[in-house]
Amino acid sequence: MSTTAATPAKTLPEHHYLNATYGIRSWLLTVDHKRIALLYLISVTFFFFIGGFFAMMIRLHLLTPSGYLLSADTYNRMFTMHGVAMIFFFLIPSIPAVLGNFFIPLMIGAKDLAFPKINLLSWYIYVVGALFTLYSMISGGLDTGWTFYTPLSTVYSNSAVAPAVIGVFITGFSSILTGLNFLVTIHTMRAPGMTWFRLPLFVWAHYATSIVMILGTPVVAITLALAGMERLFGLGFFNPAMGGDPILFQHLFWFYSHPAVYIMILPAMGVISELIPTFARKQLFGYHFVAAASLAIAVIGFLVWAHHMFVTGQSTYAALAFSFLTFLVAIPSAVKVFNWAATLYGGSISFDTPMLYAFGFLGLFLIGGLTGLFLGCLGTDIHIHDTYFVVAHFHYIMVGGAIMGYLGGLHFWWPKMTGRMYPEWLARIAALILFVGFNLTFFPQFLLGYLGMPRRYHVYPPEFQVYNVMSTAGASILAIGYLMPMIYLTWAAFYGKVAGDNPWPATGLEWKTPSPPPTENFPVTPIVTWEAYDFHNRPDLGLDPVSTHEIMPAHGDD
Amino acid sequence: MHRTGELYGQFKTLEQQKESASLGMWIFLITEVMFFGGIMLAYTLNRHVYFPAFAAGSNTLSLKLGTINTGVLLASSFTMVMAVWAAQVGRKTLITVFLLLTIGLGFIFLGIKYVEYSQKFEHHLVPGKKFDIFFCVNNPSSCPDVAPDELMEESKLLDEAKAADPDLESHAQLYYSAYFGMTGLHALHMIIGAGLLFWLLKGSLAGKFTPQWNTPVDIVGLYWHFVDIVWIYLFPLLYLIDRHK
Repeated sequence: MSTTAATPAKTLPEHHYLNATYGIRSWLLTVDHKRIALLYLISVTFFFFIGGFFAMMIRLHLLTPSGYLLSADTYNRMFTMHGVAMIFFFLIPSIPAVLGNFFIPLMIGAKDLAFPKINLLSWYIYVVGALFTLYSMISGGLDTGWTFYTPLSTVYSNSAVAPAVIGVFITGFSSILTGLNFLVTIHTMRAPGMTWFRLPLFVWAHYATSIVMILGTPVVAITLALAGMERLFGLGFFNPAMGGDPILFQHLFWFYSHPAVYIMILPAMGVISELIPTFARKQLFGYHFVAAASLAIAVIGFLVWAHHMFVTGQSTYAALAFSFLTFLVAIPSAVKVFNWAATLYGGSISFDTPMLYAFGFLGLFLIGGLTGLFLGCLGTDIHIHDTYFVVAHFHYIMVGGAIMGYLGGLHFWWPKMTGRMYPEWLARIAALILFVGFNLTFFPQFLLGYLGMPRRYHVYPPEFQVYNVMSTAGASILAIGYLMPMIYLTWAAFYGKVAGDNPWPATGLEWKTPSPPPTENFPVTPIVTWEAYDFHNRPDLGLDPVSTHEIMPAHGDD
Repeated sequence: MHRTGELYGQFKTLEQQKESASLGMWIFLITEVMFFGGIMLAYTLNRHVYFPAFAAGSNTLSLKLGTINTGVLLASSFTMVMAVWAAQVGRKTLITVFLLLTIGLGFIFLGIKYVEYSQKFEHHLVPGKKFDIFFCVNNPSSCPDVAPDELMEESKLLDEAKAADPDLESHAQLYYSAYFGMTGLHALHMIIGAGLLFWLLKGSLAGKFTPQWNTPVDIVGLYWHFVDIVWIYLFPLLYLIDRHK
């Protein structure tokens, strides 16, 4: 930010992807990955606020022990639809389909993804799936829990299960096509000099995410297809009354839905790996290990699914193995956290908004990850299974981790996406409000869970009220924290200060093209001659050499 | 992103474009393996738990029609690979001929499958209210396509199965659910494949495929072979294994 002092006022480039063509058709029929990313941005934000509305209903209802707002049945629908909207229609597409779609081609120096039309198709598939799910929401809602457990979902539920299952089934194909497109793009579309180990870690994280998408999503697709057939035509695979096996549904469901957690968190880790070197102005510590950790999380993540099923009566030996494998995931996750921390050490840290989100991520992911070990441990899981402890744990990962990463990334790249800067101080305050609101909402839930409050109940004993009131108060603060970025980012897209090509400055290839980029991304194909996050050999960044100087620790040679 | 000849704007060279297209198809086929994998797992597990019912169900399938269909599909794989070869060496007429043969064999397969499906409906072997695995044994006149000695054999097997599994009717329905689910999904893939072949045929008649550029033939070929391989797994799973044990 220090280079702006005496330079003339910046202007937007004359031609860029936003003003290349006009009209509604130029957006709905676009094959430009940057425009498709914005289409996704609008759709996932829409679902975020739908899911957020349901969340507010839940929290308001739980203000009093007897629950004053909703009937028991409506309450079930609220938490189910909150989960379905947030997981399938916001979290899974959020970072990959918005930031990944926009920045993977820019980061590797390509003109577009390998299959631009398939990219647009994936958005349309998402929309069709979303319409089915919205139809389910307005035609009575869904009350099975986001997990669609059978035979509740296939035989007993009186809610609109079929359209929701069809919607989630369809949307899965959007995810598969996005993953396929990313994998091929990363393999075949890299610019000259962009070797595998010069790829930004954001790209590595999306590579790992895409593997999970293409291997996991088809399994949940066939599972939901079977469950849907069971609901509509009375087949019996998952219905014990007909000789079917409901546990089989759970195995198949979690075979996708546990790795799906990594679809949500891995891209956020990728964002953090971009933010920390940029705002510590220091090369990322242990690049290869962080890249390999992404792949390790993706691979091990496929072998842990039955830790969701410790109390289903599965074999103790299977449970032991799954518990052990669950603990293994902690290793690559910890490798990442330690490497981020080591990058900060001796760095020249600035506290711009994206970095505040990165710090928020580090703390919240740490708590979320470590409490995951409580749940992966067989003995403690019996005590806290299906309590608010679980709810708090996965919200620390999905909201504290994934959404912090998403918002950090949005702020970091907003100047690139729109060409304009967001209001810095307002954004810092919003980040702080979010952090406080988040912890006030979810930390009391750890305590509630440990004391024994089960999840998914619409009433609770009066002694739990104080924590529930805290949680609801926190959720209200959180809501303000989410509304603020939505408002000022939208404002900034039109009226913000012009940002320039590389306002931070950051090292990635995406910052070497104008903001906003032209439709073809780069006027000439770039040739990459530097390593990732290398601030030393980049005179083009205009940095003061002192500020990138590696500070050796005082005890460096003892 | 405009297009220059056969080269789409996001690519720099035809080689890069071809590499991307075939890698994309391979990855898509991996997703297909996982997709079919889920239902095959459900089948295998239930077959293990309800073995007598599944063996009884398996025994009602027509081994003759299944074998003919396997042959038809293998032949179509051969003609498909010949079409790919013809495209690579630039024999334009041969591409069209082999594509037509592949389409023809594909439709023969689907036709035979239709005959098998309608037999299942006539024999009351479709899961649901009318399901009755003893229908043919009790009403031989309604099943003229099953030979009397086959019926005798079937009756004996069904009685044994019923003795081993009192709830034979519901468990046999699981078998037929899997049968219709797996073969139905496979048939759906065949129909999509036939659509793709017609699209290739259009390109081939327009003389589009040359030794320099024949990627569509190549990757549709990959897809077609995959669909064949699925059948190579379905045939033993549903028709063959432990049929009379």
